[in-house]
Amino acid sequence: MNTETKPILAFSAFSFKYTAQKEATLHDITLNIFPGEKILIVGPSGSGKSTLGNCINGLVPNAFPGTVSGRFEVGGETTEGKSIFDLSALVGTVLQDPDGQFVALNAGEDIAFALENECVPQNEMVPRVADLARLVAMEPHLDKSPQDLSGGQKQRITLAGVLTNDAPILLFDEPLANLDPATGKQAMELIDDLHKTTGKTVIIIEHRLEDVLHRPVDRIVVLENGRITADLPPADILSRPILSRAGIREPLYLAALRYAGEPPAPEKHPQQVETVAFSPAKLAAWDAAQPEEAHQTRGKPILALDTLSFSWDTAGTAPPVLDRVSLTLHAGERVSLVGKNGAGKSTLAKIVCGFETPSSGSLYFDGEDLSRLSIKERAGKIGYVMQNPNQMISHPMIFDEVAFGLRNRGVPAQEAEQRVHEALETCGLFPFRNWPISALSFGQKKRVTIASILVLNPELIILDEPTAGQDFRHYTDIMDFLESLNSTTGLSLLMITHDMHLMLEYTTRAMVLSDGKLIADDTPAKILTNDDIIEQASLKRTSLYDLALRAGLSHPDGFVQRFIEYDRKERRR
Amino acid sequence: MSSFMLAYIPRKTPLHALCGTTKFVFFILWSVLAMITYDTRIMLIMAAVSAVVFVVSRTRFSEISFIVKFLVVFMMVNLVTIYLFEPEQGVLVYGTRTVLAEGFGRYTLTAEQLFYEFNVLLKYNMVVPVAIVLIVTTQPSEFASSLNRIGVPYTVAYAVSLTLRYIPDIQRDFRDISRAQQARGVELSRKNSFRKRLKGAAAILLPLIFSSLARIDTISQAMELRGFGKHRKRTWYSGKPFTRTDAAVVCIGVLFFAFGAWFTFRDGNRFYNPFTGR
Repeated sequence: MNTETKPILAFSAFSFKYTAQKEATLHDITLNIFPGEKILIVGPSGSGKSTLGNCINGLVPNAFPGTVSGRFEVGGETTEGKSIFDLSALVGTVLQDPDGQFVALNAGEDIAFALENECVPQNEMVPRVADLARLVAMEPHLDKSPQDLSGGQKQRITLAGVLTNDAPILLFDEPLANLDPATGKQAMELIDDLHKTTGKTVIIIEHRLEDVLHRPVDRIVVLENGRITADLPPADILSRPILSRAGIREPLYLAALRYAGEPPAPEKHPQQVETVAFSPAKLAAWDAAQPEEAHQTRGKPILALDTLSFSWDTAGTAPPVLDRVSLTLHAGERVSLVGKNGAGKSTLAKIVCGFETPSSGSLYFDGEDLSRLSIKERAGKIGYVMQNPNQMISHPMIFDEVAFGLRNRGVPAQEAEQRVHEALETCGLFPFRNWPISALSFGQKKRVTIASILVLNPELIILDEPTAGQDFRHYTDIMDFLESLNSTTGLSLLMITHDMHLMLEYTTRAMVLSDGKLIADDTPAKILTNDDIIEQASLKRTSLYDLALRAGLSHPDGFVQRFIEYDRKERRR
Repeated sequence: MSSFMLAYIPRKTPLHALCGTTKFVFFILWSVLAMITYDTRIMLIMAAVSAVVFVVSRTRFSEISFIVKFLVVFMMVNLVTIYLFEPEQGVLVYGTRTVLAEGFGRYTLTAEQLFYEFNVLLKYNMVVPVAIVLIVTTQPSEFASSLNRIGVPYTVAYAVSLTLRYIPDIQRDFRDISRAQQARGVELSRKNSFRKRLKGAAAILLPLIFSSLARIDTISQAMELRGFGKHRKRTWYSGKPFTRTDAAVVCIGVLFFAFGAWFTFRDGNRFYNPFTGR
């Protein structure tokens, strides 16, 4: 890094406190970012990393008022008194939610949005939009509406839109949060290519470290409790115990090497699984020393789908959303349902819950034909937890929210109270029973929604993306909780997910949907090491497998499984 | 779901090729004239032109059947209600009373009332086809720019575009939330008491409102970050250029409006009266 040049972004002794809060969110931030650098800012939820991003683009303090102290300069000028519009000429921001920030009615218009606001004439705008669309490989999709674009495509459109005003700094706020693994990988590649070709300064805010490091970055800045606790090149960060302390998950291949007695060091190039130096013999020895996995015994079959098909279009011209899917779930199983957006995962869950009616095929629960039961009746057997807890919560108080399902069913007040208390106890919410829901964190709200389903005593719970938008610590909280529910009560879990860690670590079986067909049904370790399935389902091969291949291990998928078992025991301590 | 809602249908017709602003201006002139005139001769011409416009747009009946059925029912109810409340409205308007059949009490059937209600029926036929054609031949994104071009501030015009953008999302959210709440025992069917249904509706609407508010936050931030509201004007990516054909259509619209208004009011009465033999 050339320290002769002046920084393009410079924080010095910068602090910020939101007006609505007692404590400052950012403390004493001193950070210089130089032109052309690619910086990754990591930190757990609540560390202040999003606030830092909002300071850079001017949303703080313009849209979110508060008290600022210290200095913050962009391009050598203080940002004091600068509006969001002033800063937007220097900083282009891609927000976290690809759908929410898509404001226009079609892709072309969305790219043009900033140009329209700058009063660029239509005849100049059209060719520029076409150029930018080509840059992000979206040219054939300019007429499409947001409903017809995938999350990754919407993100590309937003990125093209941000590039219109040629701001020298690009800021990405959790670009991976809403993407499936393969799309996330492509997003990191696109950002890297743009960084190389345009020479812009790139700042990425993320907590999924391993996925960002798919392409190199210059420095990693670690934020904890509003303070910068590290600002180092990736090789150094990865070689120190900073990340795990900050609640950031270290890359899996590095964890595996650590267990095998090969801790990372800067000279070993730990940034990528392809480059890291290690002794294959040591890894093989560790692998051989692990106990054989115990075979799981399956409970009785509970849910059975028999050649189930579903189509929106009754005329039968469009391809079906689900195409003759047959599967069986057993009591006490933890199963993940994976596949790219639009593969039919949610539709499958909705059909099981009775929200949609299948075009053909049948479903059985405990041998009983489900088609004869109403939505409400099915809910006594199969619970459904939506991705966003805010879409389920309809009462201000926790107790009332959890009791809602029972009251609707006419359960006597005394019995209802007892059952609600039990459910709250199970979910660790009993001490909060008289609290307003608004006082809870996102993760706690999620637990409330799980409790409100659990209280109806279902035998199977279907969870839609249970960990979406959660950092590693909250993710581990929720998943450990679900796992303990599963092991203590024998409740079966079916989880719709994009998260490969969740799949590997918390489920014993994974089902893969692609274009409405069930293309695989196996252990997660086998699926995440099968290149054909990985490609069809838009997944990503786990780095553990690459490590095992590089070490020349004879059973790479067995190694993946053994690592997971060991890692779980290790992290429990 | 698409047959439910009236939406843009891409096709290659002269009407699709027109600039959105042109269609908007024409539609406004047309509606105003339709509102003020009761001159049956003008109205017959306008109803005929409406029918021709509809045919030229090559809209299939099946694509709009839901809304048409809805409007037919609405129109019937309207015509019957006029008779129920004001059976002598026609007599009042035309000043003569030609009884065709005696009924119960004040409900007699007069030629004047029949003619008056025929005029109301014509009004529907003058406006409805043109309104449907406006919607199905204009790209939604052109609406905002058209409104802006005829003088509506762009911040207001863009709200129209945003509404169109988020209607499908909110419909989807509504569907998901309502099903999830039904699973928890919310009943919306008529079998239940009004109070219970009201409570059920609240259990669906509250989460919908709160999640939509969160959405609005994100949108407004995204818009501001990309310079929305920075200048007093803005340009539009979508929107067809204003061609000579457009100019001609607007001219025809204005001339017809002027002629229609003059023809209607030239005797100081906006009704055409066939009964006095004027």
